[in-house]
Amino acid sequence: MTTSTQTTSRLAGRTETIPARRLRRRRSLGTWVRGGGLSTLVIALPMLLVFGLFSWFPIARAVVMSFQFTNLVTPPEWVGLENFRTVLTDPLLTTAIGNTLWFAALALVLGYPVPLVAAVLMSEVKRFKGLYAALAYLPVVVPPVVAVLLWKQFYSASASGVFNTVVGWVGLGPYPWLQDPSTAMPSLVLEATWAAAGGTVIIYLAALTGVPSELYDAAEVDGAGIWRKVWHVTLPHLRGILLVTLILQVIGTAQVFLEPYLFTGGGPANSTTTVLLMIYDYAFGGRGQYGEATALSLMLAAVLAVLSALYFRITSRWSH
Amino acid sequence: MRMTTQTAERGIASALDRRRASVRWSIRLTTWLLLLALLVVGLGPVLWLAKSAVTPAQDTLRDPMALFPNGADLENLSTAWTRFEISRYFVNTLVLAVGSWFVQVLVAASGGYVLSVLRPAWARVVHVLVLATLFVPAVVLLVPLFLTVLDVPFVHVSLINSFWAVWLPAGASAFNLVIVTRFFDNLPREVFEAAQVDGAGPFRLAWSVVLPMSRPILGVVSVFAVIAAWKDFLWPLLVLRAPEKQPLSVRLPALETYVPVDVFLAALAISTVIPIVLFLLFQRFFLRGAGLGGAVKG
Repeated sequence: MTTSTQTTSRLAGRTETIPARRLRRRRSLGTWVRGGGLSTLVIALPMLLVFGLFSWFPIARAVVMSFQFTNLVTPPEWVGLENFRTVLTDPLLTTAIGNTLWFAALALVLGYPVPLVAAVLMSEVKRFKGLYAALAYLPVVVPPVVAVLLWKQFYSASASGVFNTVVGWVGLGPYPWLQDPSTAMPSLVLEATWAAAGGTVIIYLAALTGVPSELYDAAEVDGAGIWRKVWHVTLPHLRGILLVTLILQVIGTAQVFLEPYLFTGGGPANSTTTVLLMIYDYAFGGRGQYGEATALSLMLAAVLAVLSALYFRITSRWSH
Repeated sequence: MRMTTQTAERGIASALDRRRASVRWSIRLTTWLLLLALLVVGLGPVLWLAKSAVTPAQDTLRDPMALFPNGADLENLSTAWTRFEISRYFVNTLVLAVGSWFVQVLVAASGGYVLSVLRPAWARVVHVLVLATLFVPAVVLLVPLFLTVLDVPFVHVSLINSFWAVWLPAGASAFNLVIVTRFFDNLPREVFEAAQVDGAGPFRLAWSVVLPMSRPILGVVSVFAVIAAWKDFLWPLLVLRAPEKQPLSVRLPALETYVPVDVFLAALAISTVIPIVLFLLFQRFFLRGAGLGGAVKG
């Protein structure tokens, strides 16, 4: 509606000088087709259909469904905030949130500094730099499911498991790794870090090439040694990208599913049940609680939205 | 000459730093230690997988770190491939990847063309709607998208156990559309205008002018599409319930329960071969630009 009035008003100013344009004011179907409007719509059709059916419609449906009781047999019923109430009073929710936070915290402690240190060291390598980068990136190439199933073999609790053999060389173990509630989550995080660190290393390496060498020259004139150059030149220069990877990692770990689902299925004793696993169980764990599942996923999305809003605020403040 | 290249490519340690013996040796030592660590951590697990894929089950279970104590067993690979039908799941994975690739390229190229080059009056609204989906995490879509696939609006068919259930939703990637639109925005508009003056309609302009110019960006979309399809697990798990339709990623966890461990490891190794070959072929692409794009996408 607004667009058509815009067109007419824009053309209205010219009607006195160019009478031929007056014809265009009557936007009949024929002129629209001849002007390429129909062809444009045909070309846009794949995008409109795919996004409409598989993105915009499901997103709208998620909001509607969270206020409905849906069991796919009877027509959906409006239940108000009942789904949210069920989820918030689910005794498993605090466990799942706690586990997700624990996963995120462990992933930060383990996975955040390692790629940074590796990238800074790698940037100093003069020969075969490509080999270093390729080796660091190799785990990212291994399909995630294969990586988890392979590490599941490594974590075998038997004394002749791969990791138990290796720690046995220095007289430790055998450990139950995935079978013990206290070591299960760190084991998951270790694999997740292995699988993801290479991608972060590549990002940092790219950022490190952007540090102007004049800054190092200037720091040397002021008498700075290697460590002070790292602390006062390199790291401040990476500040922006460090924040980006931090936020991305938190958003990623908040949605962790593959590792707990394949390694432990949430066990032992719910010690690895994450929020996403809970959503999956509501909907597809045999109970068919679709309304509860969407309610929980919307709440998770809201938390993630706060995180990204926070991120945009911090980055915009820095750029000023 | 040498001096200039050195200053241009300098890192944290200066040429002066490097002339000091202590610095030189500690840099050399860390370089070697780093290489060793990367070999053990990065290459080690992959090599262990390759070794165990052709080792008899008993050896892998009894002494997993020994190198072929009782010889190799190449039959694991053929057993996995034929008897446990890895070949079928492999083909399914390929079919899913090719179909997802086609839908993604079609939607991204045609959509980007409309939003950036043709720019009809309604393009701005669509553009905002596409960008808005970037901020909706995938988890929100999980259940409603599943119910949509179960009973597609208007046509009322179920796509469960059909490859279309994976192909079509793959096309709804705002990330693809954003990078293609941005690429098209940077193409010289004079070329399009010249073609339009010469009487080229929207289809002709797309086919003869824009498409040949957009090969680099469609290459990027293609690589991301194939990688994502190969990695995808949760979505195909939900919509492809019939084992004969499932890709490797979905089938492997099920195989783990009933296949001997040596054959299972052979199956894992087979699943890893194509991604690693692709990585070695397009190494430069992955190690230069893909890191950032992949991070944004994930």
